[in-house]
Amino acid sequence: MTNRAPLIPPFSWHQAIVEPWTDHQPGTLWMVLTAILLAVPCALLGNYLILRRMALVGDAISHSVLPGLVLAYLLFRDLGTGYMLGGAIAAGLLTTLLIDFLTAKTKLKSDAATGIAYTTLFALGMYLVNRYTSRVHLDAECVLFGELEYIPLSEPSALRVGEWGFIPMAVLISLGAALAVGVLLKVFAKELKVTSFDPGFARSAGVRVGFIHYGLMALLSLIVVTSLERVGILVVALLVLPGSTAQFFTRRLARLHLLSVIFAVTGVLGGFHLGSWLLVPTAASIALWGGLQFGAAWMGTLALQSWRRAQMRPAR
Amino acid sequence: MTNANSREHRGSRFTALLLCLVPIAFVPFLLMNEQARDFLSFRDGFLRASVLGTMLLALNCGLLGPLLVARRMAMLSDTLAHAVLPGIAAGFLWSLTRDAVAMLTGAVLTGVLSSLIVSLVGRSTRLKPDAALSVVLTVFFAAGIALIKLISNAYPEANKAGLDRFLYGQAAAVSDADVVMLAAAAGITIITLLIGYRGFLVMAFDEAFGRAMGLPVRALHYLQMLLTTLAIVVSMEAVGVILVAGLLIIPASTAWLLSTRLHRVLWISALVGMAAAPMGAFLSYTGENRPTGPTLVLCSGLMFAAALLFSPRNGLARKWWAWLQHGRRIRREDTLKAIYRHLETVDFRPLELHTGEASTTEGELRALVRHGLGEWRSAAFVLSPAGFREASRMVRNHRLWELYLTQHAGFAYDHVHDSAERMEHLLAEENISAMMRVLGGPKTDPHGKRIPSLEDTVESLRNQPANS
Repeated sequence: MTNRAPLIPPFSWHQAIVEPWTDHQPGTLWMVLTAILLAVPCALLGNYLILRRMALVGDAISHSVLPGLVLAYLLFRDLGTGYMLGGAIAAGLLTTLLIDFLTAKTKLKSDAATGIAYTTLFALGMYLVNRYTSRVHLDAECVLFGELEYIPLSEPSALRVGEWGFIPMAVLISLGAALAVGVLLKVFAKELKVTSFDPGFARSAGVRVGFIHYGLMALLSLIVVTSLERVGILVVALLVLPGSTAQFFTRRLARLHLLSVIFAVTGVLGGFHLGSWLLVPTAASIALWGGLQFGAAWMGTLALQSWRRAQMRPAR
Repeated sequence: MTNANSREHRGSRFTALLLCLVPIAFVPFLLMNEQARDFLSFRDGFLRASVLGTMLLALNCGLLGPLLVARRMAMLSDTLAHAVLPGIAAGFLWSLTRDAVAMLTGAVLTGVLSSLIVSLVGRSTRLKPDAALSVVLTVFFAAGIALIKLISNAYPEANKAGLDRFLYGQAAAVSDADVVMLAAAAGITIITLLIGYRGFLVMAFDEAFGRAMGLPVRALHYLQMLLTTLAIVVSMEAVGVILVAGLLIIPASTAWLLSTRLHRVLWISALVGMAAAPMGAFLSYTGENRPTGPTLVLCSGLMFAAALLFSPRNGLARKWWAWLQHGRRIRREDTLKAIYRHLETVDFRPLELHTGEASTTEGELRALVRHGLGEWRSAAFVLSPAGFREASRMVRNHRLWELYLTQHAGFAYDHVHDSAERMEHLLAEENISAMMRVLGGPKTDPHGKRIPSLEDTVESLRNQPANS
């Protein structure tokens, strides 16, 4: 092992930044576009999750869609998108219902209820996979970090854009999910805002709090299952990191949305280039870059706070 | 402690015992099955190791879980479970073999580091605990994946750490050495809990009080995190990271449903975990394609569901039963009231009723007979003395409440009926006598109808024809 490669490859401007956009086109474009199309709706939904203190529900749902997918497959013997989406949304809603039921009917707090719901459902999913679908292999790598890298190779759609060639199907699916989330969030913006900040007031004002809650969860399941195929369980990173980072800069919802979208896009771009430098799975490097953004914002805020404190101390 | 309390405690202990006996109850049925006999003879060395190993790790997790759940940190186990990945990769990098000691050390270090960062984020930012946990979880996990990929890029010949096993676990692969390690981990947990029991008890319920008492709260917190990380790390290979969280949370929550005293909860939780382990191992041994980890978690999930339904203190089955009984009682009381009204129109002569009269159905009348409130005399229905007393009580409550509302709450006399329909079932005797005093012993309600009283009842019973 004398002539081995170093653990962290040397940084090469050309390889990490330039080449992807020149030599590997249009693959890079499709990959980055898909990632952004997933990251932006995730960031918007994530803001509401953080406000509602449900960030871990995103994690829970990303695990518990598994039994939904397996049951949909077992019932219909079809891996079509429609069945998978239906199964995932049903499983996501079931998770939320279970959590709500346990917190309402027992003295268990929501964290324990979340833990019970998602581990049991995940165990059920794994059990079903092993028991009935031994031929459909549950690929660990796919569950972990999806297959963002394979988008350029995936099934092309019928749409063609000039010299770029056919648009991959995956891009269109992500676009559809993003549009669905965007439109619904826009339509229900007022209800979401009021139920997130003050559910008691919302109920007294006649907003259907339960409907909004479960609608949000259905939307979350939709985006989670769409992302799961591409970025694996690191979808949680897309959900919570941009919103958490944006929290350092503002307390107003509109600015929070704007900033989290910006952080989502910079996270995808930075993560993509980090991945091309280190040659690691893009999903992981996107999450890492998001973590770096979060860390920078956190440290910056702390530094600013201590500087201000120093300024306020009376001079001798 | 009052009598009722201790009875409840006995009840919860009894239920916990029953829960743990469930697997044993299956034994006679299973002795007929050859595979089951094989399992129960424990001749298979691998099987013995895997059953023992899962029981030990369930014991360990069962003892640590209640502390997490009590401190509302259940989901921290999920974060810890994901955060050990970079440590495992780093430990692998250290020795470039699957050296267990290096990997375990790395895992424990990153696990504790992650809990440190979670509390730092919680203390110095506006983020709520859930967001802090998810941020740390996802960043550590991504770092782990990236590190594994970096290692396999740099050392393509190195034996990969086996992501599959890390994620999903493999109870069948528990070796005798693993059993020793699991036993050691469980032993450390038990000794620490025995020594620091009072400290952990205070921490579980009131951290601020512990600080005021002068307890080393922060040290205890990190000790707890260290033990939990250790438990996760040693259990990971057998059940997988995601399901370890289940073994920490589910038995503990089951125990908290059954008791509220920490020492009992610890016992129950450990027993539930240790009962679920052989159940899971048995099911996965006797069936094809049944992975141990998920089966184990599903078994503890079933025990949780059983406790949720049948807990003597606040089991849902009991609540539903009480609710059902309440509904039935109200329906019976409404029937009695209808009968009384009918009898009133005929001036209580005769005191009998035929099916269909007073718009009662035969089923409703049968329900009254079942509860000793009436009886059949040939084809006619007659209220028993108890039934008559109940009927006049209902009508009295109704009319008295109507009168009270009109005279003392400013209601119009035609707007009081609906309220009285509800209140008549709820008013207690002391409310009635208080209202009687306030209203000055009234004889009629706002609609001019007579308010029945005890004398009425006695008089009507005197009028009743003597039965054979």
